[in-house]
Amino acid sequence: MSRQILYLAIPLLCLFAAIISGLLGPRIGRVNAHRAAIGGVGLAFILSSIVAIDVYFGNTFNGTVYTWATSGDVRFEVGFLIDPLSAVMMVVVTFVSLMVHIYTIGYMAEDPGYTRFFGYIALFTFAMLMLVMSNNFLQLFFGWEGVGLVSYLLIGFWYERESAIRANLKAFLVNRVGDFGFLLGIGAVLALFGSLDYATVFAAAPSSEGLSLVDPFGNEWHWITVICLLLFVGAMGKSAQVPLHVWLPDSMEGPTPISALIHAATMVTAGIFLIARMSPLFELSRTALSVVLIIGALTALLMALVALVQTDIKRVVAYSTLSQLGYMTVALGASAYSVAIFHLATHAFFKALLFLAAGSVIIAMHHEQDMRRMGGLRKSMPITYLTCVIGSLALAGVPPFAGFFSKDAIIEAVHLSTTPGAGFAYVAVLVGVVLTAFYSFRLVFMTFHGVPRMDEQTRSHLHESPRVVTVPLILLAIPSVIAGALLVEPALTGTLFGSSVVTPEGSVGHGPAGALAMLAHAPFSAPLWLALAGILVAWLFYCARPEWPGWVAKRLRVVVWVLEHKFGFDELYQRVFADGSRALGETLWRWGDRRLIDGLMVNGTAAVVVRASVLFRRVQSGLVYHYAFAMIIGLVGLMSWLLFR
Amino acid sequence: MSWFDQHLLSLVIWFPVLGGILVLSTGSDRNAPVARRLALGIAITSFILSLPLWTRFRLDTAAMQFVERQPWIDRFNVHYHLGIDGIAMPLVLLTTFLTVIVVIAGWQVIRERVAQYFASFLIMEGLMIGVFCSLDGVLFYLFWEAMLIPMFLIVGVWGGPNRVYAAIKFFLYTLLGSLLMLVALLYLYNATGGSFNILTFAQLPLDGPTQLMVFLAFFAAFAVKVPMVPVHTWLPDAHVEAPTGGSVILAAITLKMGAYGFLRLAIPIAPDAAHQLAPLVIALSLVAVIYIALVALVQQDMKKLIAYSSISHMGFVTLGFFIFDTRAMEGALVQMISHGFVSGALFLCVGVLYDRLHSREIASYGGVVKVMPVFSFFLVFFAMANAGLPGTSGFVGEFLVILGTFSVNGWYAALAAVTLVVGAAYTLWMVKRVAFGPVTSPAVAQLQDLSGRETLMLLMVAAGVLALGLWPLPLLDVMHASVDNLLAHAAVSKL
Repeated sequence: MSRQILYLAIPLLCLFAAIISGLLGPRIGRVNAHRAAIGGVGLAFILSSIVAIDVYFGNTFNGTVYTWATSGDVRFEVGFLIDPLSAVMMVVVTFVSLMVHIYTIGYMAEDPGYTRFFGYIALFTFAMLMLVMSNNFLQLFFGWEGVGLVSYLLIGFWYERESAIRANLKAFLVNRVGDFGFLLGIGAVLALFGSLDYATVFAAAPSSEGLSLVDPFGNEWHWITVICLLLFVGAMGKSAQVPLHVWLPDSMEGPTPISALIHAATMVTAGIFLIARMSPLFELSRTALSVVLIIGALTALLMALVALVQTDIKRVVAYSTLSQLGYMTVALGASAYSVAIFHLATHAFFKALLFLAAGSVIIAMHHEQDMRRMGGLRKSMPITYLTCVIGSLALAGVPPFAGFFSKDAIIEAVHLSTTPGAGFAYVAVLVGVVLTAFYSFRLVFMTFHGVPRMDEQTRSHLHESPRVVTVPLILLAIPSVIAGALLVEPALTGTLFGSSVVTPEGSVGHGPAGALAMLAHAPFSAPLWLALAGILVAWLFYCARPEWPGWVAKRLRVVVWVLEHKFGFDELYQRVFADGSRALGETLWRWGDRRLIDGLMVNGTAAVVVRASVLFRRVQSGLVYHYAFAMIIGLVGLMSWLLFR
Repeated sequence: MSWFDQHLLSLVIWFPVLGGILVLSTGSDRNAPVARRLALGIAITSFILSLPLWTRFRLDTAAMQFVERQPWIDRFNVHYHLGIDGIAMPLVLLTTFLTVIVVIAGWQVIRERVAQYFASFLIMEGLMIGVFCSLDGVLFYLFWEAMLIPMFLIVGVWGGPNRVYAAIKFFLYTLLGSLLMLVALLYLYNATGGSFNILTFAQLPLDGPTQLMVFLAFFAAFAVKVPMVPVHTWLPDAHVEAPTGGSVILAAITLKMGAYGFLRLAIPIAPDAAHQLAPLVIALSLVAVIYIALVALVQQDMKKLIAYSSISHMGFVTLGFFIFDTRAMEGALVQMISHGFVSGALFLCVGVLYDRLHSREIASYGGVVKVMPVFSFFLVFFAMANAGLPGTSGFVGEFLVILGTFSVNGWYAALAAVTLVVGAAYTLWMVKRVAFGPVTSPAVAQLQDLSGRETLMLLMVAAGVLALGLWPLPLLDVMHASVDNLLAHAAVSKL
């Protein structure tokens, strides 16, 4: 019982923090508002850590909080599942959230929406916790839409900017396309299993493997495959997989702290979490896994390519996030679910770090985000520089930083995978390694090295950010260095996640067991050399030979054009879906409602009545001789009929 | 049963009607403050009077409760016969609750013929409750038609510039439909050998062609009221011209009367015809969900947009009914209550803006959040509820209908789920253009945020939306027995 209260307290603390700082913020003042938010989320982090330790010692939990509704023979419940997977997610979410809360004090110091911002991010933490702690699909969907709502509110936080409110509408709608699949997936789960409870569904899944349905075109589909594909559509929306990725780069219109929290570390990984959670289902469908693998590989490769040509510092990090989400998805497709979550965790740390470092640069540059106007910042911003390099090394997968272990494990898993499409995915992730190293160090070199390219005014005022900004950077840099080495062994050997995710035999490369062995093996494997090559090229292009990028761009004009237009997804969607549905709506309204129904049927009927009455009115002229004449004609007619019938 | 229980429904029906007449008696606008206070007192008392319907409601039976039956017109065997089950009871409470809101909404806004305005709403309240409680065909028909009169007056007297066209269109549309219903009722009277008891109608065996004719006659009446495509075009016009309170009642309750009619009359009396025509009704419902949502997307007038959104949401209700699945039907019933709250609240929001700028055009606004943060909070909240966000009531109905539909036919469910995208698109696009962005005009810059009265009314509805979204169990518990009974009844062929 006491544990249940503990579990309940974790999300509710965040909710209360959100209500106090968000709704009462204007009354209680800025300082009290951020105290409330940080206090609530900080306490949630401490409690989550306690829960994680408790779970490590084997105390898992699966129970109901309250019955939300009953209908037919189904009970819809709100409840918690506390197992290693949710414990890892809880710690990651609350830790990154806490760092972002602290950072916000500095970053948003001058913003009039200060208290509102704290309310939103605390609310986000609540919704995200509800998502990861859920023990059923209903509550999962609640958290899923909850984080979507807060993401919508935060992308549009600066509501006077047209670009921001376009981006948040786009983000919500693209996510809704994913939710369309997700909700139908939930419908399919209920139709097949008669329950939305994870444990019940997973227990019943193996015996449902053979069940199939036939679509109207005569194709036969396994139920489980249909369910998995529908759920994956949801995951594609939230985790921004091609072709539903278009919202994530635009989400950078929001303040930087939320780019770190929501659009890098936590919310966008909800889709990865979802599939890891559903691993008992996905394991039963090779078709679904193959789709997951190929979509992930496409995302990893295409988005890394787009990142090469970005000049906005946040957008580079955003495209890198997309690419890394692709890596996680690839791991899921290769049945290496624990590896995907491992990369999710390390990525959360170093990507939040990179975003916050980018934010620190942006403050120093007075909200300039174009890297072409930066350069040489390392002298005036040493802490930001150092932490940013750590984050970039981790992202590029250089040992012994965190990203090395998780990325290497993914590459190894894809190498071992027999899922259809694994060959393509293997090439994609290897090419991705070069690209990742290149664009991350392109960012470092363009921003911190070389000659300063900003105007004199800005340059004279350059200084390191305040402590509320640098302390979270340092605190995030620590796990970015060590989390990989610490977690790699338990994550790969299965002791970390236990049975909370399925680990099929042979899906995770055990190869060199343990962190030290992996480090020792690194010089003899391709990924390290690919990463170093990427860094070297970046150094050549942006430090040693600054004239090379222009020269290459001129030679590869078509490629650059395609990349700068991000493969044309945005234009296509704008034309076909946005403009298309509006044109369709306009047509239906003008021709269907106004012309056909109102014009022809309603007013048409009225007009017929009017015309008829005009006609009949003429007959009733009121003149006696008209009537008499009519009577005679009638009489003649009647008599003729009687006579000649 | 106590005397109180036996006459409670009569009290809930006639108290507001008599109260409305009392308000009328205050006469001219010189006594407006008296009329307002009196109206509010009567509305609140009616609401309190209706609460025992829930607290004393028995969950374990599908039988009619709070039954009252007196002979009325002996010659034709007409009875004054009232009673409610788990389908009707929530609608009665919704009516009494929203009437309070509507009285608050009209408080300062209505300055001409104040007593008459409030009296119309109070009288209409009683008549609408009468529709939900009638178990006698003649009584049902009387309430059904009598209710048109105050609504016709509300649109025609306090409405906008094009009010006469709208009022007459509304009147003729619904009247044509309901005349066919009268024919069906008279036929059933003869077929039963002289009874107008709706419960007797339900047990009457009818052959296939007869059922089809009876069903179509009812369908004409109810489809217009819901409204279903293609007989929906009266609704946007009526909404645009109606005063805020009229729009709220029209969307929140009047539309529900059509849906209620399907469950009380059409399906139980002609179950075989209902099953036979179900594909048609489902198709029309899905057309409503998608076609109307696309039409809503391009509306420039906020009220029209919400009106089309209402039609689209009501498509979910009729879809849920004609899938003949427990979850879908219960979802449809929750959707009826939820839509009452959400569409009512959205019309109130538009009313708030209209009272200030006298424009319903989306283009007249922009950047409202800057000057009206509290209002914008509510607008975004209700917009999200309209888009079916979990945690709000809007989610519960859509979720259950989609789940129930999926278990019957996955393709129908997929088409219905399109609303997830399009519904969010038209609602949030409107919010974006009205609330967000830079402040577009000096008039917008002058706007005042919500007054205490306006905050109160929106807060009350928001509480309902949130409570229903977070814990719909109590509402569903009320429905279970009646829905199970209805579905079991409809599953048995009368042939």
